[in-house]
Amino acid sequence: MLTLSHVSKTFNAGTINEKRALVDCNLHLAPGDFVTIIGGNGAGKSTLMNMVAGVYPIDAGTITLDGKNISRLSEPARAKYLGRVFQDPMMGTAADMQIIENLAMAKRRGRARTLAWGVTRAEKEEYADRLRELGLGLEKRPTAKVGLLSGGQRQALTLLMATLTEPKLLLLDEHTAALDPKTAAKVLDLTEKIVAEKNLTTLMVTHNMNDAIRMGNRLIMMHEGRIIYDVRGDEKRSLTVKDLLQKFEEVSGGELANDRMLLS
Amino acid sequence: MGLALLGAVSQGILWGIMVLGVFITYKLLDIADLTVDGSFALGGCVCAVMVVGGMDPLLAIVVAMVAGMVAGAVTGFLHTVFEIPAILAGILTQIGLWSINLRIMGKSNTPLLKNETIFSSVTDATGLSTNVGAIIVGVVIAVVIIVALYWFFGTEIGSACRATGNNEAMVRALGVNTKITKMIALTLSNGLVGLSGALICESQKYADIGMGTGAIVIGLAAIVIGEVLWRVLPGAKLHAFGGRLTSAVVGSIVYFLIRAIVLQMGMDANDMKLLSAIIVALALCVPVVWEKYQLRRAYARASRELPETEGATTEGGR
Repeated sequence: MLTLSHVSKTFNAGTINEKRALVDCNLHLAPGDFVTIIGGNGAGKSTLMNMVAGVYPIDAGTITLDGKNISRLSEPARAKYLGRVFQDPMMGTAADMQIIENLAMAKRRGRARTLAWGVTRAEKEEYADRLRELGLGLEKRPTAKVGLLSGGQRQALTLLMATLTEPKLLLLDEHTAALDPKTAAKVLDLTEKIVAEKNLTTLMVTHNMNDAIRMGNRLIMMHEGRIIYDVRGDEKRSLTVKDLLQKFEEVSGGELANDRMLLS
Repeated sequence: MGLALLGAVSQGILWGIMVLGVFITYKLLDIADLTVDGSFALGGCVCAVMVVGGMDPLLAIVVAMVAGMVAGAVTGFLHTVFEIPAILAGILTQIGLWSINLRIMGKSNTPLLKNETIFSSVTDATGLSTNVGAIIVGVVIAVVIIVALYWFFGTEIGSACRATGNNEAMVRALGVNTKITKMIALTLSNGLVGLSGALICESQKYADIGMGTGAIVIGLAAIVIGEVLWRVLPGAKLHAFGGRLTSAVVGSIVYFLIRAIVLQMGMDANDMKLLSAIIVALALCVPVVWEKYQLRRAYARASRELPETEGATTEGGR
């Protein structure tokens, strides 16, 4: 489904702030793979996501999605294939626009925009059903401005938007990191439900090792721009947080644990 | 006095078309587009030259609008393709337009003299006074444009434009090229500004190279006045899009009424720009000060309701 071969990215090359964010990264995802990604700060997790999404151009290598080389496509051109949820709940929605307007824009992801009306009547009913499935009561106020919603509600809405038109690949970039534990758990349940329902190929960055072990069928660990550990199936299921920490020390010769990862 | 106020209303409506243009960039796209000063004069100059040259006055207005759109597209091009900050891109176009406008007219102003205008044909046909004729024409055009804008910003493309001003990252993630939406908004906005310049030119029967100077400030002043009015007026809903558009035109009328009144009171016309700047600055300050005051009051109220803490004195909010 998704193949990265020899992808590299260096920020501020040739300056004192040079940062090799991705170094010769290789990764292949089979259709239906749900991969969780962990790693310390600056390991290249978010850069990996942004490379796939086309936020910045890649320095070298190729990215292939469903047999199509997307390495040089612009971000809006790739949007056709990708559903994305960001770490910042503010980033995934337009605050001054209504809930249904946001959904309607997401519904048209990857399609050419026309002068047809932005939200049709038939859509409104569809969205009411989908909002009901979220179980947050949003279906009762479809014309409320998204800016009035809580962070958790906005993340749930963004998740719904990302999957409204089925993406070939779902990118979740620490999408629960800014939420309180209870809300985060809710959004994660919702994530699992939607991914399972639609059998979506998914990449999920998380700082929570328990979530990384519990969710998905495959786990990769990154360090200094490289994928240093890749585990799947039964082996992944039997992992513990302790195993992960140990594994990291083995490969990197340093400690993975930052406070944020240990406390969560 | 009455006549002066009637004149102010007609001016306010015709300038209101420009305010709608400024509304698109300032409120929807969150860009302060300084092209406006140049494209307003461009609309006036193009219209004057066309009318004097014998073109149909209505067609001349359409040509002026297209000229304004081109000016907006130039700013859009500089901003999106070459990533020049929007304010700077607008200034560059505005400065360039000064020379272009002089070239178009060949001199610093063009009187329309006895040429027919859309306003004179209405007053001739109906026997209405100049001001009332201008008000009627202005209201018709303003209503048509508000309806058209309401429709456009409800379409898929229009929604994408609105969202661009809200959250660019999200819009790109949903597959919209934000360069195109910005380009559309800037083009449309300056088209309206050019149209307004042409209307003012035909109503005052001359075009002047300096007619657009300070137009952006008038636009901003009208928008904030309109917003304040809509907040104060009972029953007026500022969050409804049609209401926001209407408030911009109403704000423009109120602005010109204030202007007429202070001029009648004997203020030097040259001081008007200072007054405009003060109005805008005040209007931008008021919401900030108001919010801080509200916070302080809420804190004081909450503190009073709390049981007294031993040894603690309550000092004013933040």
